[in-house]
Amino acid sequence: MLSLEEIRRRAEASLSKPAPHGPDLRLEDFPVLKGHREPELHALSRMGIDPSQASYIQVDGKVLEIRSGIPGVRMYTLSGALREGVVDEHFWRAIDVDTDKYTAAAELFGGHEGYVIIAERGAKVEQPVLACLLLSTPGALQAPHNIVVVEEGAELHVITGCLTSVEAPGLHAGISEFYVKEGGRLTFTMIHQWAESTHVRPRTGVIVERGGEYVSHYVNMSPIASIQTDPKVYLVGEGARAYLSSVIVAKRESKIDIGGSVFLRAERTSAEVISKVITKDSADVTARSLISAEARGTRGHIECDGLLLSESSRILTLPALDARVDDVRLSHEAAVGRLNEEQLYYLMSKGFSEEEARGILVRGFMDVKLEGLPRPVMAQVKMALELAARGL
Amino acid sequence: MLKVEDLTVRVGGREILKGVSLEVGEGEIVALLGPNGSGKSTLLHTIMGRPGYDLVSGRILLNGRDITDLSPYERARLGIGMVMQLPPALKGVKLRELLKRLSSVYGVDSEHLRKLSEELRASNLLDRDLHRGFSGGEMKRVELLLLAAQSPKLALLDEPDSGVDLESLPLLGRTINEIVGASDNRAREKRSAIIVTHVGKILNHIRPVNRAYVMLDGRISCFGNPRDLIEDIERYGFDECLRCLKVI
Repeated sequence: MLSLEEIRRRAEASLSKPAPHGPDLRLEDFPVLKGHREPELHALSRMGIDPSQASYIQVDGKVLEIRSGIPGVRMYTLSGALREGVVDEHFWRAIDVDTDKYTAAAELFGGHEGYVIIAERGAKVEQPVLACLLLSTPGALQAPHNIVVVEEGAELHVITGCLTSVEAPGLHAGISEFYVKEGGRLTFTMIHQWAESTHVRPRTGVIVERGGEYVSHYVNMSPIASIQTDPKVYLVGEGARAYLSSVIVAKRESKIDIGGSVFLRAERTSAEVISKVITKDSADVTARSLISAEARGTRGHIECDGLLLSESSRILTLPALDARVDDVRLSHEAAVGRLNEEQLYYLMSKGFSEEEARGILVRGFMDVKLEGLPRPVMAQVKMALELAARGL
Repeated sequence: MLKVEDLTVRVGGREILKGVSLEVGEGEIVALLGPNGSGKSTLLHTIMGRPGYDLVSGRILLNGRDITDLSPYERARLGIGMVMQLPPALKGVKLRELLKRLSSVYGVDSEHLRKLSEELRASNLLDRDLHRGFSGGEMKRVELLLLAAQSPKLALLDEPDSGVDLESLPLLGRTINEIVGASDNRAREKRSAIIVTHVGKILNHIRPVNRAYVMLDGRISCFGNPRDLIEDIERYGFDECLRCLKVI
């Protein structure tokens, strides 16, 4: 591990380093505010999350709640974990602190807040761990640094809900480092419901060891000023697997640049990256995905589907396959366009009105595996997608 | 039941139907024969109201009501149901869900549909995306199942026998009979159908067809007893119809 001084030095040197994609933001425009306003926790119910069930709640830069109470799971705040020395091996290892100005800002201004969740060796944790991050003070920077460690043979599901309770500009630059040890399984569900003026720059790095599995579901269903993220998953142990799915409903002036990169670095590793994008109004979405096969016997598949529901929105899909050895099987399929006229006619000829037919097709389009979500969260996600599909 | 008067239709700027007229009476089954590209499917889609078809002249009457300007949705609600030759695959749309919606729209008993889906060997397709990766035979069986859920007064069947193995024909025939209503004169409601068939095989498995029309190059060139016509076509090809066209 780098010394804390070295980490800090590298962060300082990167404070003006722009990200390769997405609108460039001036960090000076988003001050770090110590005192937070009275948090509106009831906003969490919009995501189907009962605040009293959450294991972790952070409002702006302040941790309001941290409790595990779940057998087999240990929870810390990052500062606490660093003090106790439980994450020294996992601090800035899956992501470089000098990646860009947002990783630097998280290190320098984030106050080392964020959650640390450790699933103990062999623990099959059935109850999902709920974590909530709220942006409450207008104009603020929120930069939590989260670390999840799934020890050997353990299974864990973490659900993170991120939202803004006020309609005000802000910047959320969250760092997430996930480590899945041998034979472990991590399912990570992230639901974003930001305000129309929020900028979001999450930085995620995942390292999966032999026989481990990482499953990620990302759902974004509300308008946002801009989001740019490109989670990187490194499968470093033989037979490790990754499944990344994202469902994005982009409305109004949202500028969204979302990627997913998986590096198959050990034999017989495999990955599937699926993205479903719906745009309305003047939304602009770039969906990137990369599978890089660097070891023999690896397999990967990318699926990008884009549906334009307005004339002035835009979808750019950039699926990339990188084969560096010959014994690999990589494929991708991508389809972008508006609703298919023939399919609409087919449904109308069965007696569905045009609006009903559109609804059926849009819901079908967004039909993607979202496993293990608690029922209220699933219900909220489905309802939000349904409303988005109907243009409400 | 259905009256088609002097239909001239352009698709993509090309005139496909050239003054087609035909009638289907209440309780009648009518067969539409003809070579590929003669306009049979276009005629069925025009009756169904497919968007993008440019109606140059003519009109369509259903039970005396002019439906020429109605949308496919309105026509379906009036009792027209269609089995397309090649239905589109619908990603993420499960057959079970669609069946359920249709049975509630048209008030068809869901238990009846469950039994029918078993008979049609479609039970294992219920939780699949509709027509995605289905074989030709599976598509036809599923389309008939969906048609049964609509319980149409007028069924438009576009080559229900194409891509189907011979052993399945009796099963499809029985299902069509059930949807259109067996030839029971006492039946309260008389249902009708137009069946487009290339080779006529399905006609051996359904209740007697009242009339067959032969379409050639966008026109109805002759009509008559289906058995005789098919026999002639099998013996002489569609040229015989061209010859007969000159006679009538």
